[in-house]
Amino acid sequence: MSGGIALVVEGLTLRFGGLTAVDNISFEVREGEVLSLIGPNGAGKTSAFNAITGYIEPARGEIRYRGARLTGLKASAIAARGVVRTFQKTSIFAGQTVHDNVAIGRHLHSRQRTLAIVAGLSSVAREEAQLTREVGDILHFVGLTSRADTVAASLPYGELRLLEVAIALAAKPTLLLLDEPVSGMNPVETASFMKLLGAIRARGITVLLVEHDMKMVMGASDRIICLNQGRIIASGTPDHIQGHPEVVRAYLGSKYVMSSPPP
Amino acid sequence: MKRALTALWLLFLASIPLWLTDLYALHVLIMTGIFIIAAMSLNLLLGYTGQLSLGHVAFFGIGAYASSLVSLGFEVHLLPNWLVSLEPKPVWFAMLCGVVLAGLSGWVIGRISFKVRGAYFVIVTVSFAEVVRLIALNWVELTQGPMALNNIPALRLAIPGVVELAFLRKPANYWLTLIVAVLCYVLIRRLVHSRAGRAMVALRENEALATSVGIDVTHYLVLATVVSAAMAGAAGVLYAHYVRIVDPDVFLFIYTVTMVIMVISGGKGTQAGPIVGGLIFGLLPDLLRAAAIKPEIQWVIYGVLMILIVHFLPEGIVPAARRWWQGRVPTAVIP
Amino acid sequence: MDQLLQHALNALILGGTYALLGIGLTLIFGIMRVVNFTHGELYSFGAYMMFFCVMAIDVNFFVALALAVLAGIALGAILEIALLRRLKGTDIDTTMLVMIGAWIALQNLEQFTWSGVAKSIDTPFPSSPLVLGPVSVSWNRLFVFAVAAALIAGSYALITLTKLGKAMRATFQDRETALLMGVDIDFIHTATFALGSGLAAAAGALLGPVFVVYPTMGDLASLKAFAVVILGGLGSIPGATVGGFILAFMEELGAAYVSSGFRDGMGFLLIIAILLVRPTGLFAQKERIG
Repeated sequence: MSGGIALVVEGLTLRFGGLTAVDNISFEVREGEVLSLIGPNGAGKTSAFNAITGYIEPARGEIRYRGARLTGLKASAIAARGVVRTFQKTSIFAGQTVHDNVAIGRHLHSRQRTLAIVAGLSSVAREEAQLTREVGDILHFVGLTSRADTVAASLPYGELRLLEVAIALAAKPTLLLLDEPVSGMNPVETASFMKLLGAIRARGITVLLVEHDMKMVMGASDRIICLNQGRIIASGTPDHIQGHPEVVRAYLGSKYVMSSPPP
Repeated sequence: MKRALTALWLLFLASIPLWLTDLYALHVLIMTGIFIIAAMSLNLLLGYTGQLSLGHVAFFGIGAYASSLVSLGFEVHLLPNWLVSLEPKPVWFAMLCGVVLAGLSGWVIGRISFKVRGAYFVIVTVSFAEVVRLIALNWVELTQGPMALNNIPALRLAIPGVVELAFLRKPANYWLTLIVAVLCYVLIRRLVHSRAGRAMVALRENEALATSVGIDVTHYLVLATVVSAAMAGAAGVLYAHYVRIVDPDVFLFIYTVTMVIMVISGGKGTQAGPIVGGLIFGLLPDLLRAAAIKPEIQWVIYGVLMILIVHFLPEGIVPAARRWWQGRVPTAVIP
Repeated sequence: MDQLLQHALNALILGGTYALLGIGLTLIFGIMRVVNFTHGELYSFGAYMMFFCVMAIDVNFFVALALAVLAGIALGAILEIALLRRLKGTDIDTTMLVMIGAWIALQNLEQFTWSGVAKSIDTPFPSSPLVLGPVSVSWNRLFVFAVAAALIAGSYALITLTKLGKAMRATFQDRETALLMGVDIDFIHTATFALGSGLAAAAGALLGPVFVVYPTMGDLASLKAFAVVILGGLGSIPGATVGGFILAFMEELGAAYVSSGFRDGMGFLLIIAILLVRPTGLFAQKERIG
């Protein structure tokens, strides 16, 4: 599958009241790559995320994943197609243990029917036992094994962000959308998160990333798309983006670019 | 070990009518049991999905009325010349109808309130209960209105020629209530320790995140409402064929409040919570009455207790006791 | 036709007090995010204060009205400080449960103090109604409408013109920013609850002499206030005003042309219908659910 087109965003436009947050943007995500969306605050990155995952309805445009339309589907149905997101603001099931958080994330991949549950069939008990093993594997993968029985709300910040990723991974995504996963992390935590991202990638999961930490973006991405005021102003490899005058202008304001030589 | 304890506990509960000769005390226990079933059902919604249903008594009342009417039979004019009538049916069948109808009305409420949460869900459920109460009060041809449905038959189970059981006396009704309560407990236990229960908790704790991992929250909210309404209906059914008279007062808001107090004080979202809370607030009125306290003052005490519990024991008795016990055990081990 | 006119007039007069109840409730919800189940108790408290002043200690009717409203304001302030201040920042269910507890306690205290027997209050108004062509209206109800209209106008003025009102609106729109701007949130909450309670007590004191006074009279008032507020959208003051009149018209027409038994049910059917179509009410600006 590697190299094929996974996600297609075509002419996406989002409006809130009179404000156009995302204005007619189109891009593609290839199977197996890490694509980053960057841009200053308010550029429309998170809004684009919300539209792709079904949390807001686009004013115009179409989103397709592996050939099937996502626009118009319920958010839970989009997740069922393998498109799973995390949230910018820390988002966990605070009152549950770390283990249970991940178990909830496994929802789509459990086959218990309500009637079987009520009847107390042994298939349900078997599946619950298997679930516990699977959750253990995921916790091991992100490095939270020792925290399995801790109530999520009492985790330190860095581990909370790992737990968010673990919950998303439990849903077995083929396309994972990470919204500022390392914001607020210290450099050590960020470095280890980059390693985790590499491991996620090695599992063949395509990643769409929104991030402000440029070191992380430049180090982890195959391609980068830069948004400003709801429009795509540049796209390409990290090297290409790094020296792009539009990008520098968007981030720093135009006066820094005036004096710099053209690329 | 744990299983043996459960069996012992059940055996004790089942033995009560054999040695408790005070029939009034047994009556209080039956009523408490019926309320515990209702409180357990409310807990499924309030404790697990996090939605406060303040019209819960509507499902209780619908169960009671439906079962009574099916067992008594009725004749109503839906339109001036369109008569609908039903011959009296066996009580066990009527009871089933009551549970199913309550579950169906739960489905309706779940469907219509699928996009409202929090305060709006509360107000929809309150309004629903009030509308149902007014129907019971005003549709005199069907419900007898304030004159009440009388002479509701008790449950009789018979295998012709072999055995006949009549649930006329208190011990039989006590055992029936106990069986239904245990059934409901087991059902809820299975539900909450499953994929469905996890989805409900996910809805309570973080709806957006739950959706992001593919949980169809509406589906599980409706499921919880249906199961919860059917169980509340079962409590109403038991009530109707035990007390054998049903009037529109079964819809009084104060009964919903009683259920809410039982769940909150015991500990919402725990299985033991509604039982502990139900025992306390089921038996308390009679203790207060024994202490010659006027009913108004009893309700004042209820209200004040509710305020105090929310302020000082917000998670309820069961979680607090559990924490205290866990904090105690290690220190007890170390000499 | 004449009958319809008479119903419309009745509805207009009833609507004023419904609006009064609704505005108090919606203010408290909008600013404090508290679903106030004691609202109906403040209503019956106002009515009982009126009864106490006029019938027991023989105070002038109009003075008694002012006293009842002031007592309502004071009780509201006490309730807020005693019960809600500590719970600031907790979720909406928690405060709702506390308010339910307070409601039960207050109602039964009332029943204990005044017994369950309904009481009537003498008024200084002439007993013959004012006849205006085909319709008639009692002087007492006309007075109720005038005072209710004045109180509604007064509340608007308070909220739009005064410094306190400005701080209230700021809190309504954005609590955090209001806090940063140096608004004393504690004081705003107490003032809001006291004002809302005062309005509910006023409604009770006005209607007590029209109908009779009994301990559970507040329950229906509470539920109607909720209907009004849902109609107008939780937190919207103009919505509550219009909602009050809509509910009154629905009830009046429902009672006249459907069945008098369902007069009080109209509001709830309306709530369910509106929440189906527009969960945020008819007049609310975009508001997040929950």
